[in-house]
Amino acid sequence: MAAISVSVRRKPVGPDQGRAPASRRAALRQRVRQHLTAHGFLLGALLCFGYFAWYPMVREVIMSFQRTKRGRTTWVGLDNLDHILQDPAFWQAWRNTLLFTVLALVLGFAVPFVVAVLLNELRHAKAYLRILVYLPVMMPPVASVLLFKYFYDPGHGLFNSILAHLHLPTSAWLNSAGTAMISVVIAATWMNMGGATLIYLAALQGIPGELYEAAELDGAGLLRRIWHVTIPQTRLILSMLLLLQVVATMQVFVEPYLLTGGNGPQGSTTTVVYLIYQYAFNFNNYGSASALGLVMLVVLAGFSALYARLSRTAD
Amino acid sequence: MNRDRLIRRSVALAAAAGLALGAAACSSSGSAGSSDQGASSDAAAPLDPATKVTISIDCQPPVTKAAERKQWADDVAAFNKLYPNVTVRAKDGFPCEEPAAFTAQLKGKTQTDVFYSYFTDLNQVLDADGAEDISAYVNDTSIPALKDIDPSVLATLKSDGKLYGLPYSNYKMGLIYNRKLFTQAGLDPDKPPTTWEGIREAAKKIAALGNGVNGYGDYSATNQGGWHYTAELYGLGGSMTTPDGKKAAFNTPEGKQVLQNLYDMRWTDNSMGATQGLKWPDLMTQMSTDKLGLYVGAPDDITYMVQTLKGNYADYGMGPMPGGKAALLGGNDYLFKKGSTPDQIKAGIAWINFKFLTIGKGQFDYARNKTDGLPVGLPQPFFFTGASLDADNKAKAADATVPVQNYAPYLAASVPGKTEPANAQQIYKVMDNAVSAVLTDRNATVDKVLSDAENQVNQVLASLR
Repeated sequence: MAAISVSVRRKPVGPDQGRAPASRRAALRQRVRQHLTAHGFLLGALLCFGYFAWYPMVREVIMSFQRTKRGRTTWVGLDNLDHILQDPAFWQAWRNTLLFTVLALVLGFAVPFVVAVLLNELRHAKAYLRILVYLPVMMPPVASVLLFKYFYDPGHGLFNSILAHLHLPTSAWLNSAGTAMISVVIAATWMNMGGATLIYLAALQGIPGELYEAAELDGAGLLRRIWHVTIPQTRLILSMLLLLQVVATMQVFVEPYLLTGGNGPQGSTTTVVYLIYQYAFNFNNYGSASALGLVMLVVLAGFSALYARLSRTAD
Repeated sequence: MNRDRLIRRSVALAAAAGLALGAAACSSSGSAGSSDQGASSDAAAPLDPATKVTISIDCQPPVTKAAERKQWADDVAAFNKLYPNVTVRAKDGFPCEEPAAFTAQLKGKTQTDVFYSYFTDLNQVLDADGAEDISAYVNDTSIPALKDIDPSVLATLKSDGKLYGLPYSNYKMGLIYNRKLFTQAGLDPDKPPTTWEGIREAAKKIAALGNGVNGYGDYSATNQGGWHYTAELYGLGGSMTTPDGKKAAFNTPEGKQVLQNLYDMRWTDNSMGATQGLKWPDLMTQMSTDKLGLYVGAPDDITYMVQTLKGNYADYGMGPMPGGKAALLGGNDYLFKKGSTPDQIKAGIAWINFKFLTIGKGQFDYARNKTDGLPVGLPQPFFFTGASLDADNKAKAADATVPVQNYAPYLAASVPGKTEPANAQQIYKVMDNAVSAVLTDRNATVDKVLSDAENQVNQVLASLR
């Protein structure tokens, strides 16, 4: 606004030019008035983002190079990074997080897609089944997790009861380092797949029916139709969801925290974000928590950049 | 100007102004409204009755604890008769401290003027520059029972010789057991086991009752596995770290015995059940539903089982810490927010003395507790010694509402207390994995588990230096 005022003042004003600047000023006032509402709302959004999102991010970067002891904050260079690298839980947390991400992609990416394809093929009870698929998303995560905790109980849980009924070997589920993470992934997939399924379904319904008809005329079966029509037509959505899913699953916290108390048997479900939480809130070590947060940010940003580059190359 | 546009514009500007003001308010950290006091120059002198003081205090009992809340209100009224110049602004909450929220409060400096904390929080609070040194304010005049407060309890509230807080309650861990299950299993409920061999035998008999009943239970998640491992090691005479706190010291025969006991009960005796990864209050939930025979815990677990989980006092007993060499000592206290004025500190000390440190008043008004249906006779708190202890015991016995004989084995053993190690949470995090390893992996080897834990704790302690 100030810049506009200056440019207006610099305009040469002759005795016979009085009307033109006056009308320009009026026009400017009108423009300012017209956009005042928009600027007001924009200012609110900027303040909100600035204070609650950008400022904490800047603080995180600063704090990752600081340490506070007895009320005195000092710059410690890369000491915090060194500290987290020396922590035996650091590499374990990364291994667990990557394992969760891979398993969550295998299950959480493929299952909703298959379900969406099936829902799209159905002729009856469509709305009812869609509600059913989306229902877990509407349940509070804590309620869902508690439900799964009961399902997983090795003594009297639903899953072991079913397995025993079928004369199949039972599992320790959350009570074994070998099966704890996959148990967390199953619960997380069930809780979150509804949203992804609906997005896939919307994409599937945008595919022109003629393509399927043409494929059918060419003698393509269901699998070939999916491979040659469905997947190419939904590639954009699939790749977007893949990126979002990787970014979201690498930040997993709620499910392991509620299902196994965070660590799990022998630290088998300790994730990077849970470790950040521990540094900050259990050990009161904000420097190390910030440093690990920064490492996480770099890894995710690196992945996103690599993904964007590969996508461009593929195009 | 169009009316709708005017409204939209006003809303937008008001929202922006509100956010700016909100941001400014969020960033301020003072205890506005509580500093209407003048500064008193003589810290040792009593609070000047002419000075108006306002203090905020947390841990007021919540509305769900009606009797305790009413007692708090009555006590504030009685306190105000003695100190009409002091305004007490209470903030309720249960539990009084939630560690994550507490840490955030310290960071934001939003704790109350007089704030609740655990004994083990002092280092964290001082690192956050969150508490005032109150050494000069605490004397026999401000706290008449000062000479009778257990020095080991006061020591937990000191750093570099400076006193930062006053105790509210404390505990020593022991063995909690279900008397009903003891009787059903043919065990003598008046003679709880005092050794791990005895515990194994009792646990086997109780687990043999079937119907999902476990003999023994232990935590192994959210760092509580490490906490209990430490308590059990103390009972056998071990220590978690070397005296200077720089190296792990638990890879010893005692340390191995703790893990071996757990392994044997879980896998050889099958007396601990298949569900592990337990954390507070899972064991209390199991015991209050008569599904658990024994576990290591603190006396106030019994209060929780009765008041919150609707158990019966008659069903629970308490014995000494197995091994009897030492019992992990813990508790809670009140600290004074950094930046409090001298008069606020004096007023806070006067309130704590009235409510928590005077025999016959506040929390020690047993006659009132009995009338209000609150438990009298539990072995907690027990920070008094000498004449105050005698007076407390007499008063407690006179108004006991719980079967005090159920705790006789615990009291008679008089196991010495031992505080938690420095950097306890970091150590407990590693030990959680060790405890969960022997409870969830039949193929776990105690020697290897302990040796790995020792290496990791040494690594963690080295990185903290």
